[in-house]
Amino acid sequence: MGGKMKKLIIILTLFISSVASAGTLIVNSNQSGAEAAAALKEYIADFEAAHPDVKVVLNEFESESYKVAIRNFLTSETPDVALWFAGNRMKFFVDQDLFRDVSDVWEEYGLYDSMASSRLSVTVDDKQYGVPWGYYQWGMYYRTDIFDKVGLSVPTNFEELVAACSTLRENNITPVAIGTRYLWTAAGWFDYLNMRINGYEFHMDLAAGKVSYEDSRLDMVFDKWAELINADCYLEDHASFGWEDGLTPMINGEAAMYLLGNFITGNLNTAGVLDHIDYFQFPKIVDGVPLSEDAPTDTIHIPAGAKNIEDAKKFLGFLSNPEAATKWANARSFLSPNSNAEPPSDRFQLKGVNVLNNAYGIAQFFDRDANPDMAKTAMEGFQEFMVKPDREAKIRARVEKERERIHGPL
Amino acid sequence: MTFWERNQLKLAPFLFLSPAVGLFLLFVIYPIADSIWVSFHEWSGVNRYAVDDEGNLKNFKWVGLDNYIYLFTNDDEFYVSVFNNIKWFFFSLIAIPFGILLALFLNQQILGIRWVKSFFYFPFVINAVVIGIVFTWFYNPKYGSLTYLLGFFGMEPFPILSDENYATYGIIVASLFPGIAYTMIIYITGLTAVSKDMIEAGRIDGASGFTMFWNIILPQLRPATLIAVVVTIVGALRSFDLIAVMTGGGPWGSTNVLAYKMYEDSLFNFRMGYGASTAVILFILMDIYIAWFLYRLFKRESTEK
Repeated sequence: MGGKMKKLIIILTLFISSVASAGTLIVNSNQSGAEAAAALKEYIADFEAAHPDVKVVLNEFESESYKVAIRNFLTSETPDVALWFAGNRMKFFVDQDLFRDVSDVWEEYGLYDSMASSRLSVTVDDKQYGVPWGYYQWGMYYRTDIFDKVGLSVPTNFEELVAACSTLRENNITPVAIGTRYLWTAAGWFDYLNMRINGYEFHMDLAAGKVSYEDSRLDMVFDKWAELINADCYLEDHASFGWEDGLTPMINGEAAMYLLGNFITGNLNTAGVLDHIDYFQFPKIVDGVPLSEDAPTDTIHIPAGAKNIEDAKKFLGFLSNPEAATKWANARSFLSPNSNAEPPSDRFQLKGVNVLNNAYGIAQFFDRDANPDMAKTAMEGFQEFMVKPDREAKIRARVEKERERIHGPL
Repeated sequence: MTFWERNQLKLAPFLFLSPAVGLFLLFVIYPIADSIWVSFHEWSGVNRYAVDDEGNLKNFKWVGLDNYIYLFTNDDEFYVSVFNNIKWFFFSLIAIPFGILLALFLNQQILGIRWVKSFFYFPFVINAVVIGIVFTWFYNPKYGSLTYLLGFFGMEPFPILSDENYATYGIIVASLFPGIAYTMIIYITGLTAVSKDMIEAGRIDGASGFTMFWNIILPQLRPATLIAVVVTIVGALRSFDLIAVMTGGGPWGSTNVLAYKMYEDSLFNFRMGYGASTAVILFILMDIYIAWFLYRLFKRESTEK
């Protein structure tokens, strides 16, 4: 079957690529899910209306498989535009000469002014390699009705958070919903504990591989995390669930909190419980450590092998259009990096703007700040720690071994 | 006489063979050789032929045996994967006795038996991804039907796929679902070739029930058993799809097997050379198994003649 299939695919791709000619712009998208796909299509429709001579051909991928597929299509069947993520995830392809320098787009469309705050997230060696289209805050989403029922108020420090767990357990409520099957949800907890305990600079150094995972400064991070685990904060069997399965108990009113990005509001809205949900910033842990936040940025890039570069630049530059930028970001409950975009009216977006504007530092997220293989091993370690906290030493030694392989001895 | 007329008979076989041989070389032999070559290099999987200013390949660096040395001396996950492959090797064979039982059960002349057979064959037709998803739901410790089933017998639910001790077995059970259907169909075909005369002769000699099955029918099913064992074990060694769908190698890498580890290292962690070295090890393990198997097969055939 293999051989035949291969031939068929080759013939099909040859056929498709010969159909796509000048005036068409091939866009590869990771915006899977009805809501996300519709939001991008809206942006494309607006773009085509503004540029009637350009016809966009959209290739849609499922977001997880896109992460594997992008390596193939950037080197072989190159599209003209590819959606991706800022930070180290982008830098990897820049280092391999697979993304095009788009500083001229930044210049031409005045993005240095309108997107000044996001410039660094797409900059390598003082050149810009992509244009961000949206970013979103992370934080604690919680059920106000449950908090009211058991008489809890929003935790403002770590002790109150642990105490809240006990109170909720006494009332037969799972304090924190989470699904760690795909690992990254656990990394959210690590990011916040580390940023609240050791601060932004240390956290970014760690993600860049400049600090050992056996460093004594991380002891407190794992101690505090173990405190939460031992206080029975987390949903049972969380390693069995993806993040959406983990959300089900919260939708059913059996769990009270979830540390996640603002895209969670989309699911809660669809489930019809958004009226009972509110947001609070992850509480402080060590006094005097300024509060920093995770706010991942999603971006658009022109691959180095793109054919229709002129139109691709227009497509990226179209994000300077405040209306189009606002529409796309709002449709996903994201924030637009374009400062000319209409300020959001949604209460969660407003809180996000407020938290992020006052943040001391903004991290992308563990698996976007760290090397991909580093992130994988570390996040597997985080997941294991959340189930078997007594294995801390073994886990940290294993993660450190991987760090040393990738980044070299310290 | 032209060259063609003189040599037609000698050349024709080669001409007929050449398309197949060409494709075989291009799609089977070349990738194998290239994988072995890649396994001696460090390469991220992109821009293999890019050169630096001095004309050297900058992304594709020779590292000799480093990948293999790291694999054997530094990578705990490698041993976990090999051990899991061994579990797969042995436990997937459970499909064979069940396949025989089902085949015997379905090997009767009743109205509509063809329909029943096709229903039993159905699991093999379903895509592995679908089977993986269905079993993941089945095992879900909160809402899965296994939880209700266990509860019915008064047992506590437990998270099979996120428990490092049970997860691999959970996936193997899912793989038995299509596996049994496949071995069953092999045995159903095998049963049609069972000699009626021998059964008659056995009956005259007083054999019945289990004795009949064990001494008369089963030996005649040996060709079917051969195919069933080979297919099952090769399938077990290259098991990948169910693991990818059901656990993604988790929890914390405890359900990894060589094929999945190779995929993850090369395509997800950007370590094409290292992934290739895992692939070479898997290739060698399979070769050893197949060589041993063929050796035994030929030996037996030559003694029988």
